[in-house]
This record gives sequence, C-alpha cells and structure tokens, in this order.
Amino acid sequence: MSGADWPMWEVFVRARRGVSHVHAGTVHAPDAEIALQHARDLFTRRAEGVSIWVVPSEHVTASNPDDRESLFDPALDKTFRHPTDYELPDDVAHM
Amino acid sequence: MSAQHADALLTYVLRHGDRALVLAQRLLEVVTHAPEIEEDMALSNLALDLIGQARTLYTYAGEIEGAGHGEDHFAYWRDAHEFLNPLLVEQPNGDFAHVIVRQFLHDAYAVALWRAMTRSTDATLAALAGKAVKETTYHLRHSAGWVMRLGDGTDESRRRTLVAVDDLWRFTGELFEADEVEHELVASGVAPDPESLRAEWRSTVASTFAEASVDVPADGVMQTGGRTGRHTEAFSYLIGELQVVARAHPGATW
Repeated sequence: MSGADWPMWEVFVRARRGVSHVHAGTVHAPDAEIALQHARDLFTRRAEGVSIWVVPSEHVTASNPDDRESLFDPALDKTFRHPTDYELPDDVAHM
Repeated sequence: MSAQHADALLTYVLRHGDRALVLAQRLLEVVTHAPEIEEDMALSNLALDLIGQARTLYTYAGEIEGAGHGEDHFAYWRDAHEFLNPLLVEQPNGDFAHVIVRQFLHDAYAVALWRAMTRSTDATLAALAGKAVKETTYHLRHSAGWVMRLGDGTDESRRRTLVAVDDLWRFTGELFEADEVEHELVASGVAPDPESLRAEWRSTVASTFAEASVDVPADGVMQTGGRTGRHTEAFSYLIGELQVVARAHPGATW
C-alpha cells in the first residue's frame, strides 16, 4: 500500500485557551479525520496544544510572491497605523 | 497481603505488562514500513504509550515480587515461556490490514479493561488505569477509524481486511479467559471480571465492523495459551530481537 497520493493538509494548533490557532506545518492523510489524528501525533506530542484545525492545502489561496511590493510595501510608511502612542494597561494580555 | 494474593497479583500484573510490551514491540517493527511517515509516527506513538504502561506494571511487579527486580528484569531477562501475554498481541504484522485489525481487536478490549480498572481497589492499578484509559481511547479511535476505511475502502483493502479478521479472530477468546488468578483478584475487587468486559468489547467490535461492512465472525475454536507461557511460533524471534542488546551488553547504561 502506498500513501503517495494522499492529499496534503495544513495544520493549525492553538497552544492554550485565549490565543489563536497558529500554522504548525503540514501532514499527508487520506481524509480529514485521519489528518486530525496525524496532526495530533506530529504536532502536539510535546503538549504543544489544546486544539487543532486541519484544512485541505488545496483550499488555501496564497498571495503571489511577485506581488509582494504592491501588496505590502505601501504599509511601510504609515506608522500612524501602529498604536505606539498609546500606553497599554498592565492587565491586557496577548498583545 | 497473603502469599496467595501476592502470587495472583504478580501474575496478573505481568500478564498485562507483557500484553502491552509485546504489542509495542510488534508495532515498532512496522516503523518505516507504514503507508506514510505520518502513519509510522502514529503507530510508534501507540507503542510508546504501551511501553509506558508496561514500565509502570513491571515496576509494580518488582515491588510485589520483593526480590529487588526492576522493570528491565521483566522485559529483558525472562525467557519466552515466562512471558504471559495473550497470543493476539504477538501475532506477526503481515500487511497493514493485519496490523490494524490486531490493534483494533486489542484496543476495544483495552478500553473496556482500563475503564473498569479505574475502580480497582488496588491504588496502583487504579492510578495507572486513569492514565491508560485516555491513551487507549485514542488508540481505539485510530485503529477503529482505519478498520472502517480499509473494510469499506477499495476491493483490495476490503479483501485484506477480511483475511486479517479471519486470521486473528481465533485469538480473541483468550482475552476474556479467567483462571484462579483472575478469580482471586475479581473477588477482592482488584480486577474487573473478564466476562463483564466481553459485552462492551463485542459492542465496540459490532458497531465498528458494521461501519466497515465486515461481518462479525462466529466464535469457533479459540487458540489460547499465551497467558500461561505457551506461545506461537513467531514469538521467540520477537523476544530475541527485543532482548538482544540488553543481553549482549548486560548492565549497560546511557
């Protein structure tokens, strides 16, 4: 039996309650349930997470690297969008 | 603890420690041969959980025995006929369907066993059961999931699954055997009655096989003997490989 044609899945792991799922890597799996199990076995084996999402890689639409300048450079000189002039209260977490 | 009770408890603990270790050894033989590297990882994860269970049981066996033996003694310095695992877990891997069906038939039993064992009057076994029931519930999810996919998959996966079920079914009866060891421990509330585990096991098997479009076989003659040290032919090779390094380098540490 060969798994060469198993599709690829993107894995997102949430480290703990209150924070977002973060992309952790990819797995091969024949379907979503097995993808979830493979993601659990590969990416949470050292207690890295409390929740996992898996998404078929083919459903990810990525920006084109050639568009990088037009997409992202216009934000570089707009420092007024950063909240750097605000003082953050001490009890605000995850910022 | 009476001598009779201690003897029974030691045998019982070794039967289950050996069940876990021998199945882990079989699973680790699969590593690098699974359909994908992800499945290599999945199967070795199951094996590591089982080795952890075996280590706890062997350490406890050493305490019960009181002869100064640690966990390594039970894994590496007993001969094949001193191992007391049921025959099911020592059956050779064969193809992926055999690996999965063997695992599933075992896991459906192990979940029922550990769940009942959480109520053991033996504090060590109850504590281990609390940990093992979580691990084993995941094992069953993985193996049952594959049984459904293989049984209800392609013509080839289905054919192989049916062969595996036919090959391995004869080893399931032994899981529910009881001799004077179980009778002693059931009476004192240490161990669940093996017969009481059978209904839950059958229900798990029946529902998973139904999803897999696999008929539950009729119970024919059951092959038994592992729990009293009478093993099948391939077992000596498994034990030889398991023990070769420890015996070539006695007392080595790292």
